[in-house]
Amino acid sequence: MENKEDIRLMKGNEAFAEAGIQAGCDAYFGYPITPQSEVLEYLSREVPKRSGVVLQAESEVAAINMIYGAAGAGARVMTSSSSPGISLMQEGLSYIAAAELPCLLLNINRGGPGLGTIQPSQGDYFQATKGGGHGDYYLIVLAPSSVQEMADFVFLGFELADKYRNPVMMLSDGAIGQMMEKVIFRKRDVKKIKKPWATTGKTKDRARNIITSLFIKPEKMEEVNNKLKEKYEEINKNEVRYQEILTEDAEYLLVAYGLSARISHKTVELAREQGYKVGLLRPITLYPFPSKRIYELSQNLKGAMTLEMNSGQMVEDVRLAVEGKIPVHYYGRMGGIIPSPDEALEQLEIFIKQNN
Amino acid sequence: MSDKDLLSKDKNIEEMVLESPQGDKIPEDYQLVYEKPTTLTDTRFHYCPGCGHSTVHKLLGEVFQELDIQENTIGVAPVGCSVFAYDYLDIDMQEAAHGRATAVATGIKRMLPDKYVFTYQGDGDLAAIGTAETIHTINRGEAILIVFINNAVYGMTSGQMAPTTLPGMKTTTSPYGRDISLVGSPMKMCELIAPLPGAFYVTRQSVHTAGNVRKTKKALINGFKYQKYRKGTSFVEIISNCPSNWKMTPLQSNKFIETDMLEYYPLGDVKVPSREEIKELDAKEGNK
Ligand SMILES: Cc1ncc(C[n+]2csc(CCOP(=O)(O)OP(=O)(O)O)c2C)c(N)n1
Ligand code: SF4
Ligand SMILES: [Mg+2]
Repeated sequence: MENKEDIRLMKGNEAFAEAGIQAGCDAYFGYPITPQSEVLEYLSREVPKRSGVVLQAESEVAAINMIYGAAGAGARVMTSSSSPGISLMQEGLSYIAAAELPCLLLNINRGGPGLGTIQPSQGDYFQATKGGGHGDYYLIVLAPSSVQEMADFVFLGFELADKYRNPVMMLSDGAIGQMMEKVIFRKRDVKKIKKPWATTGKTKDRARNIITSLFIKPEKMEEVNNKLKEKYEEINKNEVRYQEILTEDAEYLLVAYGLSARISHKTVELAREQGYKVGLLRPITLYPFPSKRIYELSQNLKGAMTLEMNSGQMVEDVRLAVEGKIPVHYYGRMGGIIPSPDEALEQLEIFIKQNN
Repeated sequence: MSDKDLLSKDKNIEEMVLESPQGDKIPEDYQLVYEKPTTLTDTRFHYCPGCGHSTVHKLLGEVFQELDIQENTIGVAPVGCSVFAYDYLDIDMQEAAHGRATAVATGIKRMLPDKYVFTYQGDGDLAAIGTAETIHTINRGEAILIVFINNAVYGMTSGQMAPTTLPGMKTTTSPYGRDISLVGSPMKMCELIAPLPGAFYVTRQSVHTAGNVRKTKKALINGFKYQKYRKGTSFVEIISNCPSNWKMTPLQSNKFIETDMLEYYPLGDVKVPSREEIKELDAKEGNK
């Protein structure tokens, strides 16, 4: 049996780590934090048996700057953390975005603000999708909703990072990071592109390469800002990804990502049993956001509702997308509490009744 | 050099190439005694007249050329007056966030272990905001060279107190003189990091006299050479002047180094590999 599939039962965090190795990640730099420490632990165990570099940094601040250096040297690199640690990485991410360095990072979102709770949350939506650090930039943000996607999006993430020379974030949560599911590792051709801009030593045949985010002259800075802006427009044109469930005849649309999307899927089933024509749109890319598709769908909708594990963040983007055409309701739980499909249905019913 | 000066400094930086009155040709009756290293670009330094940064840049250029390592060297510039180091050193370089140079250098060196990697950092960068990175990079024994420019102030932001400002020394944020009972004593970084097993070579030099400049060059050469042994980190502290923020002429600032700075920061090697150790390591290298 040559083409036997590699099927494993794994935690989301482990699937991310394993996929990193299989995707040819040259280096991982990270710092322990619950609920994502399995990534660093898995890699510390596996990388020495295979190939690559894994290094436990002295802080997330150091880790993200090691990522900067290694990515600038042309390597395929990734890191992971959870909310408080991701906050510490924001300065570095801003520099990475400005210097246009490709890299992959994972945020296993936990409840906050502050030290918060180690339970799952989607409270970092704004931080992830609106830049996060200082200045004018965006990350490409992928939202896995299963352990399988925790693996698959690593390959996709590296590809997008290289293609656009942009940091890519996988925004997940403590539940998906911690739960165990079946995950299939397909044999893949891992492509690595040439990086002639990398600082690998100035050979005689080229001018020196400089990785910098400093553009002191306003004219130059604006030129760079415009270049980045064009890149983000390209990304918005080409890379929007989403999944639709029962949207064809839907009168009401649930919009949810990651873990909330799994719950919403069940809510859709329950609603349909009750006779409500409800569909689900699950954004797979949170940046770029599937605004256009949501607008298209809104033409035939009576209303939309987001289900979020935060105080209502993505709902703002859905409202922007529908341009006031339909009412957009939000329901969510916070503090690490996961909403149930039934309570989401209850809220949906109230919304539908008020709306009719 | 304040932030504001920086903004205006490079209006025409590309055009500001120094021209010799003789053109490229050297008249026959001239004897060539000094040439600009080929590893420096033609861009004019933005540093204030008499600033130690210029001297150390020139030394780095000479070292790249003499060791013939231009193709194999990657530098990391800090945030500080030397943020534009990459405009002058004709090598591949990365510009790090304030204080993070050694973390960036760690990332580079781990990916390119056969290359020469160095950071160039001021005292605010290395000994205040970047203290954790400095200590942990050295503790891991990353085989890089750290060039540490100690000018006892924050030069770039116009002369605030640094972790290295001398007791009693006046700066814009210690206008009555540094009061060590309130803000602590200046940090002696060489002495602080030398006990770490990862520190392979630790030395303090200065650039206030011609003789000291020569010694500093020797230390920089060691710092690059030792990288090939992969035995630990080299740390070259250079006592440097900031005439602008010390409110002195270049000459006065050099005197101040002699009379005040060196009293607190004694020059010399703090940790060096023994001759025997180097011999052994060289033999091992040769056998490879
Ligand atoms: C995060 C951050 N904080 C503060 C600054 C402002 N800043 C720029 S350079 C500098 C101090 C530089 O002093 P030093 O490292 O001693 O270098 P010098 O200019 O003296 O060579 C500061 C505080 C910054 N750029 N980034
Ligand atoms: S003299 Fe001081 S302010 Fe001027 S360039 Fe040198 S370190 Fe900066
Ligand atoms: Mg200084």
